[in-house]
Amino acid sequence: MPRKEIDLTCRVEYLSILDEDGLADAALDPAMPGELLLKIHRAMLLARRFDERMFAMQRQGRIGTFAPVKGQEAQIAAAAVLEPDDWLVPSFRETPSELWRGKSMESVLLLYGGYNEGGAIPPGLKNLPPSIPVGSQTLHAVGLAYAARYRKEKQIAMSFFGDGATSEGDFHEALNFASVFQAPVVFICQNNHWAISLPRSKQTQSGTIAQKAVAYGMPGLQVDGNDVLAMYAAAREAADRARSGGGPTLIEAVTYRMSVHTTADDPKKYRREEEVQEWVKRDPIARFQKYLAEKGLLSPEKIAALEEDVKSEIHAAEERWVRFTEKAPDPLDMFDHAFAELPAHLLEQSEELRRELDQTRSPHENG
Amino acid sequence: MAKMTMVQALNLALAQEMEKDDGVVVLGEDVGVDGGVFRVTDGLIGKFGPERVIDTPLAESALAGVAIGMALYGLKPVCEMQFAGFSYFAFHQMESHAARLRWRSGGRFHVPMVLRAPYGGGVRALEHHSEAREAYFAHTPGLKMVIPSGPRNARALLVSAIRDPDPVVFFEPTAIYRAFREEVPEEEETLPVGKSRVARPGGDITFISYGSMMPPTLEAASKLAEEDGVEAEVIDLLSISPLDDELFTRSVRKTGRAVLVHEAPRSFGPGAEIVARLVEKSFLYLEAPVRRVTGFDVVIPLYQREREYLPGVGRIVQAARETLNF
Repeated sequence: MPRKEIDLTCRVEYLSILDEDGLADAALDPAMPGELLLKIHRAMLLARRFDERMFAMQRQGRIGTFAPVKGQEAQIAAAAVLEPDDWLVPSFRETPSELWRGKSMESVLLLYGGYNEGGAIPPGLKNLPPSIPVGSQTLHAVGLAYAARYRKEKQIAMSFFGDGATSEGDFHEALNFASVFQAPVVFICQNNHWAISLPRSKQTQSGTIAQKAVAYGMPGLQVDGNDVLAMYAAAREAADRARSGGGPTLIEAVTYRMSVHTTADDPKKYRREEEVQEWVKRDPIARFQKYLAEKGLLSPEKIAALEEDVKSEIHAAEERWVRFTEKAPDPLDMFDHAFAELPAHLLEQSEELRRELDQTRSPHENG
Repeated sequence: MAKMTMVQALNLALAQEMEKDDGVVVLGEDVGVDGGVFRVTDGLIGKFGPERVIDTPLAESALAGVAIGMALYGLKPVCEMQFAGFSYFAFHQMESHAARLRWRSGGRFHVPMVLRAPYGGGVRALEHHSEAREAYFAHTPGLKMVIPSGPRNARALLVSAIRDPDPVVFFEPTAIYRAFREEVPEEEETLPVGKSRVARPGGDITFISYGSMMPPTLEAASKLAEEDGVEAEVIDLLSISPLDDELFTRSVRKTGRAVLVHEAPRSFGPGAEIVARLVEKSFLYLEAPVRRVTGFDVVIPLYQREREYLPGVGRIVQAARETLNF
């Protein structure tokens, strides 16, 4: 009996279009319209400034724990290939993509400020709420995509998750199911090199995350995740494949978590500052700005004006958030949306809380 | 009307709902070509095709997670766990997402899915194939938990579960799957989720049970009537969550005595919740301590010893007599 090599057709490509100086490889440039480039740039800038603002608010005790996303804003270029009718299935570090798709900044503040109202998704917006159990949302994308195809709709689903998620069973099950069903899903791994304190090298022994696609019989592509053009080109290709019946794709976006895991984390315990500084050079916004300036689409004056514009937009959202929080929300709302119809035991329990609240409120009202 | 086993009645419910609503899809391991290991989905793939009766790869978390995605889209997936003992893989998706997405999204999304699973002992099966862990699901806010006890109510409850706008975990007693037949009407029949029924009227003591324990409980009631001249009222819960406490409260206030019967382990089991509600609301009506006849707090033994593990007629009668003579 022979012992021989099995001829596997596994090929994993790496795609990078913009270099660290913002120079594009002309042959690979996806030739995005100027208007789209500027829209993505503004959204990235907004996401960065909003992240910084939230960080400050958290330190002031005005909002609770959240997961900063600094350095991963090029994800917007991937979300930008989605049609409004497509589904975005995010983890908890996709605030930039959620905002891009139409979620409001005040709802993000509400969510991380501890108000359930922040999780509400407005009618028509096809974003799932952020999913916190790592990797578990990838399966929902497969179900949405299967259902869309079953209904003969052209929608696709795009699911984001981190490098840590690739160790979870749900990630592997999602890739396997999506591939077996040839479901129209785009899986985007935001490989930001750190799952809290665990470096990417200890998360998996695989040389790349993209190559995991090979085992599931789907295309896998590793992309410079801080490169707007490469992210757009890769996501475009994957989305077109999904939409035309070609099945799922795994994209590994190589990026970096420039900030903390969450505001409750202190990375000084486990990673070197020099490493962070290395990645500052590859900042997705700075590179993109150089590219846009080179194309004549952006100037220092325009950037300054945009900064002002973005700042006042964030300020306005914060004002709306403050106004909401000023009128104390009713704790009884915790019983809302438990079921379509509240069963008897929950009516009883909400009544129990109402009586308690009435008792504690009445002395103030009388006094 | 045709005489059917529970397996056939469940099959009828699925076939009719799929006929009526093209949003109903069935997914699971071996549910298609094979018709399910218990044959509950037999023949459905022929009628509705492989796009709607989906043979999936072997992964229970994925089954639940993918069903959640389908339900979010607007379909009504019915996913089958081959045995309830494997549903723990899916528990995380049910608890973390199915139960919460309506709440998390502020009512924008909801998850109208059914997670079916054969459960319970008495069928001489392997380890992991005989368990009754309904308490896990019943304990989870946002899930409903239904357990039918016969072919006719199984059919009616499954139809209601499929139409329910919220996730329903539907445990099917394997011991009853083919144990007896009942008349099941061809025309549509539903039973409300969250409502129990009086399976046998009586005025001296109340038995509260469900699912696979209904036959021994009813038999114990007959035995008491014959041998002791005592009329036990038997409540068949049908839904473990929401629990219909109105019906058993009324009965226990009338009889003053209650015995709970389930094969699930005793501690923190459904019986504990029922006792708590009786004590909270009907303490002064009670003539005797409420008794629990349940599985023991051990892993259900392999089948040579499962008879001694499972509550039987003798144990139920004994508990009833002690309650009556208290």
